Amino acid sequence: MTDITDLGVRELRDGIRAGTFSAREVADSFIVAVSKAKQLNAFLVETPDHAIAAAKEADAARAAGETLKPLAGVPIGMKDLFCTKGVQSAAASHILEGFKPEYESTVSQKLWDAGAGMLGKLNMDQFAMGSSNETSYFGNVISPWRRADGGNAPLAPGGSSGGSSASIAARLCPAATGTDTGGSIRQPAAFTGIAGIKPTYGRCSRWGIIAFASSLDQAGPMARDVRDCAIMLETMSGFDAKDSTSLQLDVPKWEAGLNASLAGKRIGIPKEYRVDGMPAEIEALWQQGIDWVKDAGAEVVEVSLPHTKYALPAYYIIAPAEASSNLARYDGVRYGLRDLPEGANLQEMYAATRAAGFGAEVKRRILIGTYVLSAGFYDAYYTQAQKVRTLIAQDFDRAWETCDLLLTPTAPSAAFALGEKSADPIAMYLNDVFTVPSSLAGLPAMSVPGGLDKAGLPLGLQVIGKALDEQGVLDACLAIEERAGFRARPEAWW
Amino acid sequence: MSVDTATVKKIASLARIAITDEEVAKIAPELDNILGWIEQLGEVDTSSVEPMTAVIANHLRLRDDVVTDGGKRDAVLANAPQAEHGFFTVPKVIE
Repeated sequence: MTDITDLGVRELRDGIRAGTFSAREVADSFIVAVSKAKQLNAFLVETPDHAIAAAKEADAARAAGETLKPLAGVPIGMKDLFCTKGVQSAAASHILEGFKPEYESTVSQKLWDAGAGMLGKLNMDQFAMGSSNETSYFGNVISPWRRADGGNAPLAPGGSSGGSSASIAARLCPAATGTDTGGSIRQPAAFTGIAGIKPTYGRCSRWGIIAFASSLDQAGPMARDVRDCAIMLETMSGFDAKDSTSLQLDVPKWEAGLNASLAGKRIGIPKEYRVDGMPAEIEALWQQGIDWVKDAGAEVVEVSLPHTKYALPAYYIIAPAEASSNLARYDGVRYGLRDLPEGANLQEMYAATRAAGFGAEVKRRILIGTYVLSAGFYDAYYTQAQKVRTLIAQDFDRAWETCDLLLTPTAPSAAFALGEKSADPIAMYLNDVFTVPSSLAGLPAMSVPGGLDKAGLPLGLQVIGKALDEQGVLDACLAIEERAGFRARPEAWW
Repeated sequence: MSVDTATVKKIASLARIAITDEEVAKIAPELDNILGWIEQLGEVDTSSVEPMTAVIANHLRLRDDVVTDGGKRDAVLANAPQAEHGFFTVPKVIE
């Protein structure tokens, strides 16, 4: 008998519908797996009661002969950036430690309405600022993967959705929510050998997601394969009047529409993504990916995205600027931490609260954002960055004249060891070199596992699509997934 | 351009983050390094480019001008570090 925790979203959904196993058995299996994996530090809060309640509802509905909801009895993990009613939602920060929202985020509510249950809240980089999950106030998430060198150096699960990626790779949950501002779904997915999609900006409501950089933040699913991501994304997407940037469009039937034939598709290879110092194994995987999509019937063309090198510096103006504004709300008055030194006045209380409540990377970004928005610098930095952003979006528009999708590596390296890059902020920022441009342009983009490097660590390929063409992105990733035959998984040591 | 300690103290004050002299000494070169890296954007000719305002073409919706929410005082105050008599409380502001 297969272990239930080895099953994905579709297999669990279909197995519960068919009565192969009960939803309660499913919930119990994952609850046990979560409780045994404390060493990974992937969960900040465990919510077995939530998962069991959803399971009971699914089993009762089946017993009564009712049609089951789309995700009935499927237990998932919820990134700590999503506000969940009555359950701590801290964005892995000290300043929001103990914050129990009185409301539910739109995306999480949609998942519960579809019958899913919550196993717990997942660790992440503090306020989603980081690429290695080392900025969490509650400690690093340890990747379940280890290098094959026998050294057992603890590796980064990627970030910021590092609790999501680690827990899926370790079979603690079949799927989880992530959020992506500059690569925070795709890079951790690549580091842990799973799939993850950032949909078009506006597909998923941002309401109830703790804000980092509002013009970039977008929720999306992470799961073990492409189909499971399509199932999750269908539930998570959809118009929401409470988010002014929500797209008022019907949600396509992505799962039913999946088609691994790429006949008639033109796939662009952006020449500017061949960066200096890229490991030969990444280069080789990229070529392998090109061969796979050709085998699936696609025509491969070289394209140019000339402003690619300016994407990261533009991002590191825009994202901190928006963050400095969004995080102004943490003032020690309405929610979260208050630090009131003896005799302090109101201004001193704000400053003490924020000094005590924010971690080093969050402070660094607030300070950068405050600087670039300050009087005399606004045009030179912020306006210039938004103009460069227009040029980056135009690069993609021009590419779409000769191709339908783009294929790139997801990250410039495999997972690095914890501590390896944390001393140099710019080295850490460079890890998002392939994911940031599509974030700046609001385009759908997905990472799918391609293979392993020499050290036995997963490497991911990224497909970027036109706005609203999630189907094209999912299809191309499915074609790659079928040919890659990625079955590797970390051996349980936790 | 270089970010000196006086600049760091000024922006920390604007950002309402208390900062010690040791932290200032550590952060100033970091910010200087990051902002130096960002400066390369100045190379790009943007004289005929409009700044991005929306990544995906969308229009702002209008709704009827009616009350849609409210009456949730206790829920609003539930997470306050200090709330009294139905209000948020803060240190005395006016003598």
